[in-house]
Amino acid sequence: MLNIDEIQNGIVIDHIKAGTAVGLMELLGITQNTSASVALIQNARSAKSPTGRKDIIKVEGDASWLNLDVLAYLDPNITVTTIRDGQAVQKEKPRPPRRLVNIVRCRNPRCISSIEEECDQIFEMSSNGKYRCIYCEQELSVKPE
Amino acid sequence: MRHMIDPLDFSKEEIGSLLTLAGSICEDPTAYQNVAAHKKLATLFYEPSTRTRLSFEAAMLNLGGHCLGFPSENVSSAAKGESVADTIRVVSCYADIVAMRHPKEGAPLRAARYSRVPVINAGDGGHQHPTQTLTDLLTIQRRKGRLDHLTIGLCGDLKFGRTVHSLIKTMARYEGIRFVLISPEELRVPEYIIKDVLEAGGIPYTEVRSLENAMPELDILYMTRVQKERFFNEEDYVRLKNSYILTAEKMKAAKPDMAVLHPLPRVNEIALDVDDDPRAAYFEQVQNGVYVRMALIMTLLGLPDPKAAKEGN
Repeated sequence: MLNIDEIQNGIVIDHIKAGTAVGLMELLGITQNTSASVALIQNARSAKSPTGRKDIIKVEGDASWLNLDVLAYLDPNITVTTIRDGQAVQKEKPRPPRRLVNIVRCRNPRCISSIEEECDQIFEMSSNGKYRCIYCEQELSVKPE
Repeated sequence: MRHMIDPLDFSKEEIGSLLTLAGSICEDPTAYQNVAAHKKLATLFYEPSTRTRLSFEAAMLNLGGHCLGFPSENVSSAAKGESVADTIRVVSCYADIVAMRHPKEGAPLRAARYSRVPVINAGDGGHQHPTQTLTDLLTIQRRKGRLDHLTIGLCGDLKFGRTVHSLIKTMARYEGIRFVLISPEELRVPEYIIKDVLEAGGIPYTEVRSLENAMPELDILYMTRVQKERFFNEEDYVRLKNSYILTAEKMKAAKPDMAVLHPLPRVNEIALDVDDDPRAAYFEQVQNGVYVRMALIMTLLGLPDPKAAKEGN
């Protein structure tokens, strides 16, 4: 087992589907952040995962800048553990956000968001728990990898 | 500030008030001929639609207002690549209210987010057409005397027919409504309407292929045209365009007080021999469309009803 130093303060994003953490870091804005101390563990052994593998992201220090809401949409099995003074003080599964803004693009070629410049890609959760584009109401069916 | 982007932007009660006002206009149009004096309606039509545009312009002129705008994309600044957001910010400076038709779904909503004046969706792609829905509601109300406890048959292109989607969403809010969805397999109502509107609301519906078999149980038959402009593939259009044609012969199986509606224009889906049948309500619909648009313009501009004021005195 690969050993990564435990963090003293920060968060651990665990149970990420193996192989998807790099794309997740992009969506969370981690790759654009040049000051945060981040560890990425790919294909760690997992007893819970059906594939036996998972990815883990550890963010040292202040993590309030991360939009964690998006995690629940991307992968409902993900957990987020908050670490303070080396202790896990809170472990939770993020709740799905009411809306997704600029996380995914609407795939409907007839949607105004497909041609309009500077148009935010906005999806809102509908009554059946599915996300729909606010412009064309097309259901979001494909998650980014 | 209110807009009319989706028919559900107005509550059932607000739609009731709007239809009452439209009915009042219908009974005495001259009483409303100066209600919108000095007000301007901009008709921004990125997709040609003579009928809807003229209906909006007639509505504004009937109220004593003025109209400006463009009838198609290639004579507007959109042809130069201007965004909807920029266009509406500019037009907001010229007009008091805007009616927008656009081939892309959600364009009027996009406009409403940047507009300083009320925006009316005059049709956005295959998505919504709320003023046609209001027209349909007024026609149903005037024909049947009610909007509840009706069996409504929708026939033809139920996939791309935006008037159908808007009508289902709106009528689903009334009690005792049942839908009979009559279409070829390829032009069925989209799944999101079935799941989110009908099934989520516990609204009874059946999907059938035969217009003849469905006919006897219908209170309303809503016919639609298979629209060439909604197909990416010419072959699919040619194959499906003659799917359902209503004739005087088929009308024999219908209830004596059934009403036939059609958003128009028709191509061949209603035979000419149906036009003289008293149950044909589609030309009446056109006139109702003007009245309901007059009522909508008045409501969104917050213009007082002169008849209500007189009655109040």
